[in-house]
Amino acid sequence: MQFDSISAFFAMGGYGFYVWLSYGVSALLLVLLVINSKLRNKTIKKHIAQKQKREQKLRQAAKQQAQDTTKNIDQSSEKTHQDSDAKEVLS
Amino acid sequence: MPEQNPLSYRAAFNLIIKRDLKIAFRHSDDIVNPLLFFIIVVTLFPLGIGPESTTLARIAPGIIWVAALLSTLLSLDRLFKSDHGDGSLEQMLLSPHPVFILVLAKIIAHWLVTGLPLIFIAPLLAVLLHLNENSYGALMLTLALGTPILSLLGAIGVALTVGIKKGGVLLSLLVLPLYIPVLIFATSAIDTAAMNLPYSGQLAIIAALFFGSLTLAPFAVSAALKVSTN
Amino acid sequence: MWKWLHPYANPEVTYHFTGKLIPWFKYLSLALLSVGLVWALAFAPADYQQGDSFRIFYIHVPAASLSMGIYFGMAIAAFSSLVWQLKLADASAAAMAPVGAVFTAIALFTGAAWGKPMWGTWWVWDARLTSELILLFLYLGVIALHNAFEDKNLAGKAAGILTLVGVINLPIIKYSVEWWNTLHQGSTVSKLGKPSMSLDMLWPFLFTFFGFAFLVAVIVCIRFRTEILARNSMRPWVKSLVLAESK
Repeated sequence: MQFDSISAFFAMGGYGFYVWLSYGVSALLLVLLVINSKLRNKTIKKHIAQKQKREQKLRQAAKQQAQDTTKNIDQSSEKTHQDSDAKEVLS
Repeated sequence: MPEQNPLSYRAAFNLIIKRDLKIAFRHSDDIVNPLLFFIIVVTLFPLGIGPESTTLARIAPGIIWVAALLSTLLSLDRLFKSDHGDGSLEQMLLSPHPVFILVLAKIIAHWLVTGLPLIFIAPLLAVLLHLNENSYGALMLTLALGTPILSLLGAIGVALTVGIKKGGVLLSLLVLPLYIPVLIFATSAIDTAAMNLPYSGQLAIIAALFFGSLTLAPFAVSAALKVSTN
Repeated sequence: MWKWLHPYANPEVTYHFTGKLIPWFKYLSLALLSVGLVWALAFAPADYQQGDSFRIFYIHVPAASLSMGIYFGMAIAAFSSLVWQLKLADASAAAMAPVGAVFTAIALFTGAAWGKPMWGTWWVWDARLTSELILLFLYLGVIALHNAFEDKNLAGKAAGILTLVGVINLPIIKYSVEWWNTLHQGSTVSKLGKPSMSLDMLWPFLFTFFGFAFLVAVIVCIRFRTEILARNSMRPWVKSLVLAESK
């Protein structure tokens, strides 16, 4: 140990301000960089998941619509009703 | 069946230079505006710093060269943008001639309309800044060797940003750091000349930079153009 | 060699491989850095001339050399992406650029904070500090170019060309700045000149250096994986992976 006491350690032989400033700023920048990298990773994953959910919904809606149109060819009133349902899902 | 080249390389080169010069002279304000910018920037410095001739003479080389960098930067935008806009750039890339030659021709044409006028105007501005009398030769020589480098390196930046909507500010961020060596050696050559010392060393380095960028920059430009036109 | 390398050109394999590497790098970096920093701050001897301000050295020099090392790594990645069309090399270059910029900023800041007690001013146009500043500009240019393109593959190619132009220019810039500095400044009173390092100073330096190097590896791996995901978002393996994680 180069220093006699804790206060001497923090004083750094009179250079305390500069030493702790550089260590502090470096630590801050690195922590910010790590946080930014992890956040980006998360947002990208969220983005992909959202996109995928939307695609699945669209696919389901399209499938349902196709079924409905084949089933309810004669029941015209119901068909328009379900069509609008499908459109809601789509939007 | 192999297609016959309708034009020799030299003819294609000359054709592009002629075409670009013709276009430039039709839009003559594109030539005049960067020059006016150059003059105005140089006149702003004495107003900001004060009229003492010794101070001005000391900083004159730096001012003239920085102003030259900025006005080149301002004019660079035109190098590929309009051709990219109307599709003729893609036609050039598709033509049977090597892109190297076409790009080199465009850069030379650009230098003829923007770099060359700077060389003629710079001595007049040097008078305004009380540049040391020994330095005029060095100023002209460094500008003559240095401004082509600015056009060549700048062309890389333009080629990279030509496909981007707001490429102007980005262009300066990309290109200005690359200009630093030219700036350093040119101003130091002028300073050395002011002290009546030989400045051939600095000139030789600028010449080396010139030939280096002349051979390498067109390759980078053509690769960049292929990326941005995609 | 190519056969051995070939599976790593597959994004999926590389994604999982780097995922396995991250914890190793993380613990190595944590161990090296905690030992190295405590050693540097509390146990290493003070410099006989600069006193305790010398302790800034233990982050300034690793940051500066890593900032240049990362640039060369980026240039190699850019070269292999342009020559062999490796899409993964593009992604790795994109991952390295911000990390390199941060390390350059750290080197600059600690250099200034060291210069203030040593030279009396925060900033001296010292050749090394100036070229470090220009290196920061080059990094920022590459990052800006990456952000300017919508299409990530195009962005990677464009930034790769810029990186290569920069790496050709870097020695020229460095040489010219050094030459300019000696010409304009006379000899700077450089207390930062290389001291013949004693072993008590070399060891903590090596610890912090490798600690920071592994930290770079961790961050680059994290960003690299993000870039891989972003570039392959339409691939089935990415879809199933994201689905499995979001459940």
